[in-house]
Amino acid sequence: MSDLQRDEINHLMDLTDRFAEVGRRPIPKVPALRGKTIAWLFYEDSTRTRISFETAAKRLSADTVNFSIGSSSVKKGESLRDTTETIAAMGVDGIVVRHYASGAPHQVVNWVGGVSVVNAGDGLHQHPTQALLDLYTARQHLGDLDGVHIAIIGDIRHSRVARSNIEGFVTMGARVTIVGPRTLLPVEVDTLPVEVSHNVDAVLGDIDICYMLRLQIERHHDVVIPTLREFHNEYGLTERRADQLHDQALIMHPGPVNRGVELASAVLERPNVVITEQVNNGVAVRMAVLFALLGNPVTEAVA
Amino acid sequence: MILVRGGRLIDSTGERTGDVLINDNLISAVAVGIDAPEARTIDASGCVVSPGFVDLHVHLRQPGNEEAETIETGARGAALGGFTAVVAMPNTTPAVDCAAMVREINELAQGVPCDVIPSAAITVGRAGLALTPMAELVRLGVGIFTDDGNGVQDERIMRSALEYASSLTHINHGRRVVVAQHCEVESLSRGGYMHDGEWSSRLGIGGQPSEAEELMVMRDIALARLTGARVHFQHVSTAGSVAMIRAARQAGLAVTAEATTHHFTLDHSCCASFDPLYKVHPPLRTSDDISAIKAGLGDHTIDAIATDHAPHTAHDKQATFAEASPGMLGLETAFALTNSEAGLPLERTLALMSWQPAAIAGIDDTHGGPIEVGRPANLVVIDPDAPWTVQGSAMASRSVNTPYESRRVRGRIRHTILHGEPVVVDAEAIR
Repeated sequence: MSDLQRDEINHLMDLTDRFAEVGRRPIPKVPALRGKTIAWLFYEDSTRTRISFETAAKRLSADTVNFSIGSSSVKKGESLRDTTETIAAMGVDGIVVRHYASGAPHQVVNWVGGVSVVNAGDGLHQHPTQALLDLYTARQHLGDLDGVHIAIIGDIRHSRVARSNIEGFVTMGARVTIVGPRTLLPVEVDTLPVEVSHNVDAVLGDIDICYMLRLQIERHHDVVIPTLREFHNEYGLTERRADQLHDQALIMHPGPVNRGVELASAVLERPNVVITEQVNNGVAVRMAVLFALLGNPVTEAVA
Repeated sequence: MILVRGGRLIDSTGERTGDVLINDNLISAVAVGIDAPEARTIDASGCVVSPGFVDLHVHLRQPGNEEAETIETGARGAALGGFTAVVAMPNTTPAVDCAAMVREINELAQGVPCDVIPSAAITVGRAGLALTPMAELVRLGVGIFTDDGNGVQDERIMRSALEYASSLTHINHGRRVVVAQHCEVESLSRGGYMHDGEWSSRLGIGGQPSEAEELMVMRDIALARLTGARVHFQHVSTAGSVAMIRAARQAGLAVTAEATTHHFTLDHSCCASFDPLYKVHPPLRTSDDISAIKAGLGDHTIDAIATDHAPHTAHDKQATFAEASPGMLGLETAFALTNSEAGLPLERTLALMSWQPAAIAGIDDTHGGPIEVGRPANLVVIDPDAPWTVQGSAMASRSVNTPYESRRVRGRIRHTILHGEPVVVDAEAIR
């Protein structure tokens, strides 16, 4: 995300508006990328991001091919470099990479010649299309994000979504506060352009966006928080806490939600929860990203 | 006979100008204007003649990973870097943890253009559980024990290793056996691939905090005090480690330390490109750590500059940052980088690269000694002002993983003489 300037993000947002309109048509398909081939290179399980990208590509009439890691040469020990060079050699126009290792898409760019590479999430580093869809969703509700105050709450340290959103919202002029216990905040947090709090109750009344991060309960939670119950009690968006928010304040989450951990189930029923809109906007945002890269002369953009 | 003519001679006794005559493998005369028409002349005018360099820390990868390096190619790179002796780390495959492996290394090192001194593991298989047969290994010439690549995690085993090693002086020709430690508390460094700090935070790469090293430095200083044993700290990378070692030396403990070239010439911001060339253990740290290491080199807290020369094949380096192998080449760039960037007087650099490490390795009878009659002729002729550009593909190593590609440096090794025989002439390896 740090590569994107404010006007570039605004351009992508405007482009997203146009593709969102396509999505509302009876036949939501345009020939913008007809004849282009996009390969999915997913080294990490992903359902929602994968389907969102696939839907976006199909609405643009691109052809898509899937490099399935589980049943492929990767299982036979092929290196990331050999795999990406092989795919590039087949003449695809774009490669969408999701990888469990931070930086992998940056390395892929060096190995594929002029083929466009999209980062669909790398390790704990970046998830730029998630940040773009979050910015787009926020803009839809709040307009210009200059001066908007967003709190990102929960496991910042292990979150690529948080890293991308901090950069994205700061670039757009927003004020960002990150909230969590020290074990879930990045080290040397004072080097980030954010405010830091360990007290979620102290920030809720002052924010326009309450962004709850997914707690990666499938890994390492035993070391960084005592129990899920304690996390929910101290940092979760309970009904009582949701009541402290302004009426217009948005409640966002990148999904999938751990109900009863980041948010109480009942909070999810509130009208200011825009999680489904985020998912819906994800398709249009990814259409905009794919079109910006492949619809014009070839450029690179990863994060 | 060889006549090294017209150089500035710098060794542990000081500096003077003169010619050096070498007969067989020994220095036979040192004087101004030696007349020896029958000798082959090596022109050292405008250059510095020093005892050959000694590297306490190289990985030559043989046996086990000959695609990355062999003892022969590593020794050639060492000679090109001005080294006449290198201490080979025991983390080969299999590890050097028994007499047969030491004999194997010694056999492979026959006739190569740099003396290769095997070190041996502290624990069997470097697994941290049981001591190697240290007495038997010392009898074969091993003077340094290390599990390098890993630190000995268990305090009881480390104490035992120190006590046992300190009982072997009588076998080791009256020299104290050195136990060298790669300081890293693994329960704290686990999951870390670079320095834990601002850049690891930004890049989303797991970090190894400085404290993972410092806790073990602290522990081993305590164990050195407990046992009175001779401890050497390998590749010291943090300001905190330097400070603790300084205090331990002032307290009179028998501890020494080395720093690698890369830990005072590169910092963690290099990792921002995700290029695994910059992945190394211990990791590249901060500019404050670099300053502390330079200060330690200048004030005698750190005794030696080592390379931790760690060749890796292209495919082991072309993986993701987390999955790539740690380590970088160092032998052919160590002097020039130190000379260009450490801010040390030349004689201090030579002390850190030659006679001080030779003493730690226990080989100062043959390497690093003063340039005087009767000494073994292990010498290097350096042009300290010559500029050149680092190029991995031009190196003797079988690997090319230098992080200094295209870097402009100053200080060229002109000639290297090993046991009276030129092995590098005019910056070209001839053996």
